[in-house]
Amino acid sequence: MTFTIPIDNGDALKNAEADSQRTLYPYVTGTSIVAIKYKDGVLMASDMGGSYGSTLRYKNIERMKAIGKHSLLGASGEISDFQEILRYLDELVLNDNMWDDGNSLGPKEVHNYLTRVMYNRRNKFNPLWNTLVLGGVKNGESYLGMVSMIGVSFEDNHVATGFGNHLARPILRDEWHADLSFEEGVKLLEKCMRVLLYRDRSAINKLQIAKITEEGVTVSQPYSLKTFWEFKAFNNPTAGAEGSW
Amino acid sequence: MDLNLDAPHSMGTTIIGVTYNGGVVLGADSRTSTGMYVANRASDKITQLTDNVYVCRSGSAADSQVVSDYVRYFLHQHTIQLGQPATVKVSANLIRMLAYNNKNMLQTGLIVGGWDKYEGGKIYGIPLGGTVVEQPFASGGSGSSYLYGFFDQAWKENMTKEEAEQLVVKAVSLAIARDGASGGVVRTVIINSEGVTRNFYPGDKLQLWHEELEPQNSLLDILNAAGPEPMAM
Repeated sequence: MTFTIPIDNGDALKNAEADSQRTLYPYVTGTSIVAIKYKDGVLMASDMGGSYGSTLRYKNIERMKAIGKHSLLGASGEISDFQEILRYLDELVLNDNMWDDGNSLGPKEVHNYLTRVMYNRRNKFNPLWNTLVLGGVKNGESYLGMVSMIGVSFEDNHVATGFGNHLARPILRDEWHADLSFEEGVKLLEKCMRVLLYRDRSAINKLQIAKITEEGVTVSQPYSLKTFWEFKAFNNPTAGAEGSW
Repeated sequence: MDLNLDAPHSMGTTIIGVTYNGGVVLGADSRTSTGMYVANRASDKITQLTDNVYVCRSGSAADSQVVSDYVRYFLHQHTIQLGQPATVKVSANLIRMLAYNNKNMLQTGLIVGGWDKYEGGKIYGIPLGGTVVEQPFASGGSGSSYLYGFFDQAWKENMTKEEAEQLVVKAVSLAIARDGASGGVVRTVIINSEGVTRNFYPGDKLQLWHEELEPQNSLLDILNAAGPEPMAM
């Protein structure tokens, strides 16, 4: 149910924005999500930050949520739009449960639903400003896919959003292989998250890793990663070149 | 220098909400500006929604007022239909509904705080865009930029009511010292199971910060206090 305050938005012919409702820019945003398929299912990592422009304003935002029994949704981008998407999915899952027929929505179906929603909003020039990662396991099959705010949608063995596209994906292309163990998977994700921590200005050092297997979804407690600063060259970088940086 | 007296009324503002062991304390400054002119130097930015839920308003004065008015109206009906006081969460969600669905037109950041029998004292921050974030403490408005570091250091869990209120007053006062868009008096509202208490702290009740001087009536008082002139004999 939407309630829009009636407003006279000016002469509709002259004012380009008068009759169109469109999200022009995001306000509170989440940064990268990184996810991989592994032996028992899917692993996904995200930090808990909500940035407000350049300010790291919120440090306890959960950007990964379980959807139904079989899926996990991670989101980067505008948090209010992510919260709205969770409401849509709540309704979807509720209706699915009400059928009471023993069937439940799998990750493929949820991904497809989200793709339709995102693409249709894009067509109306009023996008949900998110890049979504959908992972899940149903009937032994692992699934990992992504949808962007313009409706581009695909599946892969490993995905990353935002800065992760540039920093995490090369690592994953190099080091991912089929049938990673849980420990190997977590280590790989942590490697990516550490690089993002060093190099993404909007990353914070408080992250969660979520795991989906046939048994269900678990999101870890929040934790911090150690970082390394003891390179000799870091200690006194301008020693040989006074005045430089 | 253009005072821009036709600029929309905006509450530069510092607003704060803090939970403590038993309830919440909301705080705000009292400056409403139109461009460079202070249109109201004693505004009340902490607005009542129900007996047990209040909201701190920042950003556009008009937008925050109209959103509060709608939500107060909805909550009034909701309370009648429910037969008991509305919860803080419901109040926050109603604000979210308006803030999110009108995100292109509204420019207001709000902090909802209150007490209900199910969850006790709760604070919800609702920044631009309509995100809802439940927090143990929240700050907003232009003055909040100066308080992130302060709260990181000064906030502790399970404070007493007195500690919490002192923290809020100190924080608003520090923000006023550095934010040109915040000023005037510090207002606080304490909400707990026993009810609601409003407090008012004019400038002279606050401690002085760096480079601030004790207010005087006149220079003459200072000169005279330096000792009477030697008597002309």
